[in-house]
Amino acid sequence: MEMPIPNASVLARKDRIVAKLSAVLPANAVISDEAETRAYECDALTAYRCPPLAAVLPTTTEQVSAILKICHAEGVPVVPRGSGTSLAGGALPTADCVILGVARMNGVLETDYNNRFIRVQTGRTNLSVSGAVEENDFFYAPDPSSQLACAIAGNIAMNSGGAHCLKYGVTTNNLLGVTMVQMDGTVIEIGGAHLDSGGLDLLGLICGSEGQLGVVTEATLRILRKPEGARPVLMAFDSNEVAGACVSDMIKAGVLPVAIEFMDRPILELAENFAKAGYPDCEALLIVEVEGSDAEIDEQLTLILEIARRHNPVELREAKDAEDATRIWLGRKSAFGAVGQVADYMCLDGTIPVSELPRVLTGISELSKKYGLRVGNVFHAGDGNMHPLIMFDANKAGDLELCEQMGAEILRLCVEVGGCLTGEHGVGIEKRDLMVDQFTTQDLEVQMAVKDVFDPTWLLNPAKVFPLQSSQSRRAGQLAAE
Amino acid sequence: MTILTPKTEAELAEVIAGTQGPICVRGGGTRPGGHVEAETVLQTAALSGITLYEPGALTLVVQAGTPLQDIEKQLTDEKQRLAFEPIDYRGLMGTSGQSTIGGVMATNTSGPRRIQAGAARDFALGVRFVDGTGTVLKNGGRVMKNVTGYDLVKLLCGSWGTLGVLSEVSLKVQPIPDTSACILINGLTNQQAVDAMSKALGSPFEVTGAAHAPEGVDGHPVTMLRIEGFEKSVSYRAAQLKDLFGAYDVSIETTPEKLSAGWKWVRDVELMHGLSGDVWRISCKPSDGPELAARLKADKTLFDWGGGLIWALLPERTDARARLGEFAGHATRVRGAPLTNIPMFHPEPAALATLSKSLRLKFDPHGYLNPGIMD
Repeated sequence: MEMPIPNASVLARKDRIVAKLSAVLPANAVISDEAETRAYECDALTAYRCPPLAAVLPTTTEQVSAILKICHAEGVPVVPRGSGTSLAGGALPTADCVILGVARMNGVLETDYNNRFIRVQTGRTNLSVSGAVEENDFFYAPDPSSQLACAIAGNIAMNSGGAHCLKYGVTTNNLLGVTMVQMDGTVIEIGGAHLDSGGLDLLGLICGSEGQLGVVTEATLRILRKPEGARPVLMAFDSNEVAGACVSDMIKAGVLPVAIEFMDRPILELAENFAKAGYPDCEALLIVEVEGSDAEIDEQLTLILEIARRHNPVELREAKDAEDATRIWLGRKSAFGAVGQVADYMCLDGTIPVSELPRVLTGISELSKKYGLRVGNVFHAGDGNMHPLIMFDANKAGDLELCEQMGAEILRLCVEVGGCLTGEHGVGIEKRDLMVDQFTTQDLEVQMAVKDVFDPTWLLNPAKVFPLQSSQSRRAGQLAAE
Repeated sequence: MTILTPKTEAELAEVIAGTQGPICVRGGGTRPGGHVEAETVLQTAALSGITLYEPGALTLVVQAGTPLQDIEKQLTDEKQRLAFEPIDYRGLMGTSGQSTIGGVMATNTSGPRRIQAGAARDFALGVRFVDGTGTVLKNGGRVMKNVTGYDLVKLLCGSWGTLGVLSEVSLKVQPIPDTSACILINGLTNQQAVDAMSKALGSPFEVTGAAHAPEGVDGHPVTMLRIEGFEKSVSYRAAQLKDLFGAYDVSIETTPEKLSAGWKWVRDVELMHGLSGDVWRISCKPSDGPELAARLKADKTLFDWGGGLIWALLPERTDARARLGEFAGHATRVRGAPLTNIPMFHPEPAALATLSKSLRLKFDPHGYLNPGIMD
């Protein structure tokens, strides 16, 4: 993956830049020693690494503003970082950049149950937001599978989803307001505890902008009362097509489960070997979860199981108690780990219209044969958000490149059937060069024009989202301005 | 005045590319915004029709000029709906004609269910539009989850045509639940009502509407809590909610006709139909609702969104913002003769106003599209 050539002038000024940053930050908040900056050399897309010039770990919005002012004045690129769990390389550094990590900004600023929101510093992890309101039976709905580690800052940057967004929506649907620092150090407030914008929807624009428009330091998030209960059922089918048809029928029938998860045979076999969840022997497995009181759950499940039976399932298994429920989710939750045990893998997240599921699954299996790489599919079926895991061997020369080529073909297929490159992980560097397959030059140009407004010198996370060739003149402007 | 009615997206692009001055963009003309000084009116009415409807995928792709009524009929036939419950502004605004989906999305118009399901912008999956230079652009798509590039879909929703003219929108639709019920509480003060709505919205019973009318249809205060779903579930939750407010005068309404009429009354602000005066719409933190209503001293008041939305009828030319003073939220002057000293939209903080202005210049460098409509 190509990255821009580091700015030699910035590299030469390292000492001065570090000294300036140290002057406005507490002790231990600036990391510039080469051995220590290695800790920030990559995110969860570990195939690509590059230690940054320095990393800074501020604790307040004021400090973030001071950092950005300095970097702005010195012409230093800044790569914002939450917890570094991006699968798309969203937090991958360049050698001339400062990593701005919000990990130490993890406080809860305000909790308001009457108005159903929580205001947090964005370094707080996703799961600990729910943790902060749990004793009052509330929760924060978006639940990316990295929720134990991932930060709200990254969730906002990538507009993260999760297994339960079929019912509760993704980050943008649960974000009420932000405090954001612009590249020149200006602090702005957008939204708050009230709903919707009085003017242009800048909040909607910020969410999912991959840290390219500003650094979000505080967020007002919608919290919800927990449902009285939840219960999953497991449905096993003898083909992907039948499982796909069952999903479509459930949705058409007006039942809206909180989650519909899909696993295919290759994943099932690995997950079973790894987690011993006791899944049935089948081609495709669905986990469907519904919520409510016991009686409500019974009512919904009766309808759902009736639909499933019409598709001749190999097995239907309803959780009788909490232990059953855990077992049903066990294989799904350990699917990525199971794959990681046997191979290196790349996880894509192209999203397709639900009706195209069978066609795309067939296409993926053909590509798997063509490239000679194994693929497992585990995904959020209700919303068509695929997660093909392509397995490869990082120690084998050329295997990563082969895997990337195959990934690109899968994503092009997703676009071809009316879908998109990424449903919840973000573009980062991983899908940057494929943007031309989904968008016209003009479509990309108008997005880059938006960045021009917020970050005229293109210093914030500049080498991400847009193909380097498309953004070149703008990034060159950054060098000239410096 | 010239009226242009392009029949295709290509024609729309041609018209905009060839324009020499400001254009007033119009869907059905049912909710005029601020004053637009323009000799040319661009109607989207002929960009009409459903491009794609997949009930099994909850997806609808539709031309921007399609009448809302046609869309709702098509959806109802499949037992589906637009969950954000768009307002029919005609009665309140004294306008006629057909509201279009493009107009609904461009103004991010959402009704009572906004509090639970989300706003129009939350159901917008993708847009195609023509910017101020006549360039055809797209963003988003027709899938439920999409983080490919910046989310210009949200930015276009609520931009009142100032960034581009929508030619096509993709929407997420929702199944219509089997049944519905409304918990009615009589005689509450504004404060009691907002407290009660907050309690209901903070319960696990999935309230999909929470409104309070200090003067209901019969002139007495009434608080309404809506629940929807499968039959047994609705009766269970209705009973639970009724118990929650056991100390008050509570009843449960289940007659479908009465329910739909009641929520239409709230949605379309029927309380203020046919009355003279200016209409204001205030979005605030729900618990601030009673205090803000007290400051407004309005002739008529209606609370929606659990207290987070206040509709207020005030004497003509009253500056509601002056009465409200500093508060967290925004006040829009929805109906009233154009006044230079009292803009329709809430003035933004300087930094945000600068960003919005710069964004408009990127999308519409000549300032041709609905200039001044959001001032």
